[in-house]
Amino acid sequence: MPVFDQQETRKPPISQIGAILWLKTNLFSSWINSILTFASLYLLYIMIPPLLNWMIFDASFSFGTINFFGFEIKFSEEMATNDNCGRVGACWPYIYEKLYMYTYGFYPRTETWRPNTVFALTGLLFVIVPLVKNYKYKNRVTLSLIILYPLISYILIAGGFGLLTPVDTDQWGGLLLTLIIASVGIIVSFPIGVLLALGRQSNLKVIKLFSTLFIEFIRAVPLITILFMASFVLPLFLESGNYFDKLLRALIGIALFQAAYFAEVVRGGLQAIPRGQYEAADAIGLSYFQKNVLIILPQALKISIPNIVGSSISLFKDTTLVLIIGLFDMLAMVNLTSNDPYWLGRETEGFVFVTMVMWAILYTMSRYSRKLELRFNTENKN
Amino acid sequence: MSDKNTNIIEISELNKWYGDFHALKNINLDIKEGEIIVVCGPSGSGKSTLIRCVNFLEKFQEGSILVSGTELTDDAQKIRKIRSEVSMVFQHFNLFPHLTIVDNLTLAPIWVHNETKQEAREKALKLLDRVGIKDQAEKYPNQLSGGQQQRVAIARSLCTNPKIMLFDEPTSALDPEMISEVLDVMIELAREGITMICVTHEMGFARKVANRIIFMDDGQIVEENDPENFFNNAESDRLQLFLNQILTH
Ligand SMILES: Nc1ncnc2c1ncn2[C@@H]1O[C@H](COP(=O)(O)OP(=O)(O)OP(=O)(O)O)[C@@H](O)[C@H]1O
Ligand SMILES: [Mg+2]
Repeated sequence: MPVFDQQETRKPPISQIGAILWLKTNLFSSWINSILTFASLYLLYIMIPPLLNWMIFDASFSFGTINFFGFEIKFSEEMATNDNCGRVGACWPYIYEKLYMYTYGFYPRTETWRPNTVFALTGLLFVIVPLVKNYKYKNRVTLSLIILYPLISYILIAGGFGLLTPVDTDQWGGLLLTLIIASVGIIVSFPIGVLLALGRQSNLKVIKLFSTLFIEFIRAVPLITILFMASFVLPLFLESGNYFDKLLRALIGIALFQAAYFAEVVRGGLQAIPRGQYEAADAIGLSYFQKNVLIILPQALKISIPNIVGSSISLFKDTTLVLIIGLFDMLAMVNLTSNDPYWLGRETEGFVFVTMVMWAILYTMSRYSRKLELRFNTENKN
Repeated sequence: MSDKNTNIIEISELNKWYGDFHALKNINLDIKEGEIIVVCGPSGSGKSTLIRCVNFLEKFQEGSILVSGTELTDDAQKIRKIRSEVSMVFQHFNLFPHLTIVDNLTLAPIWVHNETKQEAREKALKLLDRVGIKDQAEKYPNQLSGGQQQRVAIARSLCTNPKIMLFDEPTSALDPEMISEVLDVMIELAREGITMICVTHEMGFARKVANRIIFMDDGQIVEENDPENFFNNAESDRLQLFLNQILTH
């Protein structure tokens, strides 16, 4: 019987590791790849420096007063005006001055604490939910949050009930309105979407037909059309003279629109559940309702998380369309303030700003969903 | 203990079609309480279809099935009642992957039989102990081997104190070295007097515990006999051929 020598452990050859290999395999693996690499570098070279110059090096930062979530921060005694800022770079003091309107629209300045409390509560929610994950009464906590959070938020923002000064929905605007439309749209449409998805798979022909027709109708119509219908056609069905809030009409339209998309996303998840799961659930005697709530939906929703978030992000972006029906969300506020005669020619700053805020929010959302996915996945691994 | 003279299952003139395909042809079968029935036959002969009719996972078009005196009809209430007395073990286990082992077991007792969480959990742990995997109670199904998963599935179907157990090829998705651990559990159950219908090709198991063995081919019951005569005095050629194939490899 042959006996083999003990082999010594060696490092891989130098050409097979490190930065050089990475460059070689990722950027210069072929001559086409090399051309593309140089072309991209050149594009970055002609775009980035002017952008940085405009945004930072030639820009004005330090005049006037900023109103940051209702707190006034004074940069200098000098008033911010269009002439103070040069014409070469960005004029950020313009944003400082309009920041209140971008954030709250026409919400009364004396009541800023109310939306701020809602912002804070929302932030807190994202902290609390992961914390109670292992808490004994987590179901009860989650359930009460689901009921309490929207209720408290609504009372704070709308006022009334003899507690707070009422603030009409016409005065809501800016980021506040964007967040309200997006979150109400998503939260209300989600359960409807789940029901539609189940309906589309149902054995009951009438329900199946209704769900299918609804989903296919909505998905074949642009959101703008639905918003127009909601704001002009919906009132026709209601008794005339009965004032029906413009925001509410938009929300109904958006929720129905999004429900159809969620329904398709959830249906994809449902189709991925093996038939054996349905059979096992049936065989142990669960009812239709129990089967879906306890067995099918938890699994289907889990695999749908990436698509649910993707669809929510699309909706978030689409909320900017409400400016068409005269609601003043963040983008609409930017658009509006760019007509300010004292600040002519500063619309670029506004649109760059709104782009950055949107990006920050949506990027956070997609990172958060990635974390959610990983957390749910650990259940199945060691 | 059990009354050997009452029929717990009565199947008569049962016919089932999938579309135009005649999958079950005129099946008549009475099963007494405590009987162990083994069903075998070539692939596609309708074995699964037959036992899936017994807990109404499959609907049938003609004939009748009575389970402990209740006739199977479309009535959802009745079906749930029957399913709470008849439990089923599947070829591919069909455990619920998002629930821990113990939660897989307590689901039906809590939601269908209105037991308290505490009761259900105690019973579940006892059953897991019986099938030899108590220490895995808090794990998730895909952290277990196939044999362990199938034993969990058996424990899950025992959790509701069923009168009848249906097995659809419980060992055929298992690696060879895991088959006996599952068969051992089934043999023990058989000795306790629960009524069982097993679709299986484990002829050693059939010989050991079956009261009757049924041979199906082409959607029909071709032969039915006690183990002794089934293996030694096969009447039809088809059974003879089948036995030769299955026993000689
Ligand atoms: N859902 C279905 N739709 C159409 N045909 C089906 C369906 N299920 C089963 N069949 C057909 O009915 C016949 C009997 O199927 P069944 O699953 O009962 O066979 P089996 O005896 O269990 O076979 P195996 O040993 O392969 O499990 C087969 O020919 C099969 O193709
Ligand atoms: Mg089968």
